[in-house]
Amino acid sequence: MTSAVASVRTAELRGFRDVQRLAYECAEAVAAQLRPGVTEREAARMQRRWLHGRGVRDWFHPPFAWFGDRTAFAGFRTPLRFLPSDRRLEPGMPFILDMAPVRHGFTADAGYSGCLGPHPLHDRLLADLRAHRDLVLRGMRERRSPKGIHEDVHRLMVRQGYTGRHRAHPFGVVARRAGRAGRRRTRAPLGSGTLLGSGTLLGSGTQPLRGLADHALHGRRDGGSPPWSPYRLPDHPPGPGLWAVEPHLGFHGTGAKFGEILVVTDSEDREQRAFWLDDELPHVRRWAEEDAA
Amino acid sequence: MSTGIEGARERRVRTGGVELCVAELGDARQPAVVLVHGYPDSKEVWSEVASRLAARFHVVLYDVRGHGRSTAPVPLRGGFTLEKLTDDFLAVADAVSPDRPVHLVGHDWGSVQSWEFATVRRTEGRIASFTSVSGPSLDHLGHWIRKRAARPTPRRVAQLLGQGARSWYVSALHLPALPELAWRGPLGRRWPGLLERVEKVPAGDYPTASLPSDAAHGAWLYRDNVRFRLAHPRSDAYAHVPVQLITPTGDRFLSARLYDDLALWAPRLERRTLPAKHWVPRTRPDQLASWISGFVTAHEEASASGGYRPVSASGARGPYAERFGGQLVLVTGAAGGIGRATAFAFAEAGARVVAVDRDGEGAARTAEMARLIGAPGAWAETVDVADEAAMEKLAEKVAGEHGVVDVLVNNAGTGLSGPFLDTTTDDWRRVLDVNLWGVVHGCRLFGGQMAERGQGGHIVNTASAAAYQPSRILPAYATSKAAVLMLSECLRAELAGRGIGVSAVCPGIVNTGITATARFAGVSGEEEKRRRRRASKLYAMRNYPPEKVAGAILRAVLDDRAVVPVTPEARGARLLSRLMPGALRAIARLEPPL
Repeated sequence: MTSAVASVRTAELRGFRDVQRLAYECAEAVAAQLRPGVTEREAARMQRRWLHGRGVRDWFHPPFAWFGDRTAFAGFRTPLRFLPSDRRLEPGMPFILDMAPVRHGFTADAGYSGCLGPHPLHDRLLADLRAHRDLVLRGMRERRSPKGIHEDVHRLMVRQGYTGRHRAHPFGVVARRAGRAGRRRTRAPLGSGTLLGSGTLLGSGTQPLRGLADHALHGRRDGGSPPWSPYRLPDHPPGPGLWAVEPHLGFHGTGAKFGEILVVTDSEDREQRAFWLDDELPHVRRWAEEDAA
Repeated sequence: MSTGIEGARERRVRTGGVELCVAELGDARQPAVVLVHGYPDSKEVWSEVASRLAARFHVVLYDVRGHGRSTAPVPLRGGFTLEKLTDDFLAVADAVSPDRPVHLVGHDWGSVQSWEFATVRRTEGRIASFTSVSGPSLDHLGHWIRKRAARPTPRRVAQLLGQGARSWYVSALHLPALPELAWRGPLGRRWPGLLERVEKVPAGDYPTASLPSDAAHGAWLYRDNVRFRLAHPRSDAYAHVPVQLITPTGDRFLSARLYDDLALWAPRLERRTLPAKHWVPRTRPDQLASWISGFVTAHEEASASGGYRPVSASGARGPYAERFGGQLVLVTGAAGGIGRATAFAFAEAGARVVAVDRDGEGAARTAEMARLIGAPGAWAETVDVADEAAMEKLAEKVAGEHGVVDVLVNNAGTGLSGPFLDTTTDDWRRVLDVNLWGVVHGCRLFGGQMAERGQGGHIVNTASAAAYQPSRILPAYATSKAAVLMLSECLRAELAGRGIGVSAVCPGIVNTGITATARFAGVSGEEEKRRRRRASKLYAMRNYPPEKVAGAILRAVLDDRAVVPVTPEARGARLLSRLMPGALRAIARLEPPL
């Protein structure tokens, strides 16, 4: 891999991978402790404490938790609705834990979907996310523009039956040139952190904030037009760098997502042109287990 | 001795000085379902429902004392109190199902007395569930009246007056001797004809020959109970069993408002509504049997597993779930857009869904997702609605496998844009084949099945705002949709007498895939692609979600609305077409920016 990745240093990739793994470890640890009666605020606090105990002092955005129909962003008319609420977890409820910790200057944006008990619709959503993961990777390897990939993702969503108010947020830019976040203190942003094409660069300290503020300003309405109109997306091939990809499917009160970093290089080798930073993640393992079964 | 109910086993049960005639059908090892008739009926009012339930349950019917072939108490006065009727029920239950509680179903006065059975202490453990049809508890009614009379608001007064007007006959039955004279005389002779004409009750083995004496004796049901109970309603009339309340929305004797406070009295309550008149056991036996079966089965399973769970798979609540739960809905063009959203909306309400589309894969996906959000059953069928033979096969197959559809949504459509002079005859054929003939086939085949069944139903045809808004670029499409609109209006008039509603839905500009497949006449293939993209973009920018159209479709069925323009621009154009048609003609001359 090292030879192929001309513009991205292996050590830096490892730094990003470690913090992404840390975020998913945190999600799994917190998910294992979720019980009926726990509130979103408590779940967000559990994530914060867990990560704080492992050296995380800074956030690209602080942890979120959404329970029940809030996993599908039902009725999120103002950005404030993204913030953790007093909603309590109940048996059979889906949940999403979403966090973007910064450690040693490296950041990740992880999204973990789970459910308190069996939930066939939630299983279906998780299974359908797999096609989106493959589609984005294929698009990047074929040097499709973000706008083109967005259209592909939208078409796939329509085929799958997720339309109208059910939106996915395919990806936001984490870093174009493997930038590292400087140490900074961030306020809790008023957005969900699902940035799409707003070109948030981690190289400078203020950009992420501006992106989130921009996001918060516009918010997202159910069925309304998103602030990231696909027609404003770049219509040229993606440049090398790290891309945060976080598809989010919501359907009739149930939502599921994942958040991962995709590495894009300028390699001539198709396989090396784009690859996922890490395949050892809970949702990827789960799909592999299903294949094996 | 014949009971008028085919294949029924008969027995006599003695209780409190009377002898009751009890009929049984089905396997006696199955859960017992006891059907109690109302006034002025005998157990034969249940014959259609009983025969449908007999395959799965031990069905029990009995003539209430003084009715049918049960004997009457002597003297009549004081012989029909709710306490004595409860004795009768317990005697029947002990005779037919001594070891297991029975599932109780009552219609009209059968339901009124069953409320007593379901709320008094001495029946606890003998009733597993209660389905109430068109008959409130007199105690609940007493409290309902008190609550509205004690603190009258305009709405409460209106509700009181509304029910008062519906209850005129109750007062008439309290008159001495006159009701008996009428029933044994002209009213008794004319009653069957009245039922057929006014209530649309099909002629047949009901009412029976005992009607005049049933009605004369039954007057004492009112005289012995109504005044006393309304004046002194019990304050502990809480149902100790799960209750399914089926409310016919067209009942001329009972206001649907009577049940507004029912959740206070019945903590485990499932509500159902049915667009029909009072005698639903005769006019809607399929629907009644299906809801009774579902309720009984759910509670048999729940008691086996030691817990209660709601009947609807999705746990859906609200007016749509009450009306569409368990019904069979067929949607064409269900692989995407409005059709798919409509299939999902019905599924969420607990309906069984048949998703039909040319795109079999898309229809299969719709069916799969429909099951995941609450449809008890969902099936996909790959059919082009323009293909008459295929549609005939589909109608046969659906009827054979799932039954007659309750709601048909003819939604499949194709887009065609371009000047009339550039539109070829082949273009015309395709758009008319799908948009008009598809609807004709659907209405003819599935509507025909509905009419033949004679138990009501509803047809929704997706027309378009283009049906009344002319445009220079949509001559063929708008013509096809105008035809659909007029067809719907004519069919509505024809089927009104059969209890089948017909609605035309006119969405307007909705963000669906219709633009991506629309044909643009008179331009090159490349230009057609460009225009498709451009139209899709414009529709996406307008971004009116198909889910909202689906909502409008469910509402249209619920309220039986004739023509439903959906988007604001569709509503505006509809208004203009009536008030200022000249303005619409002016708009028709504009070239849209494609």
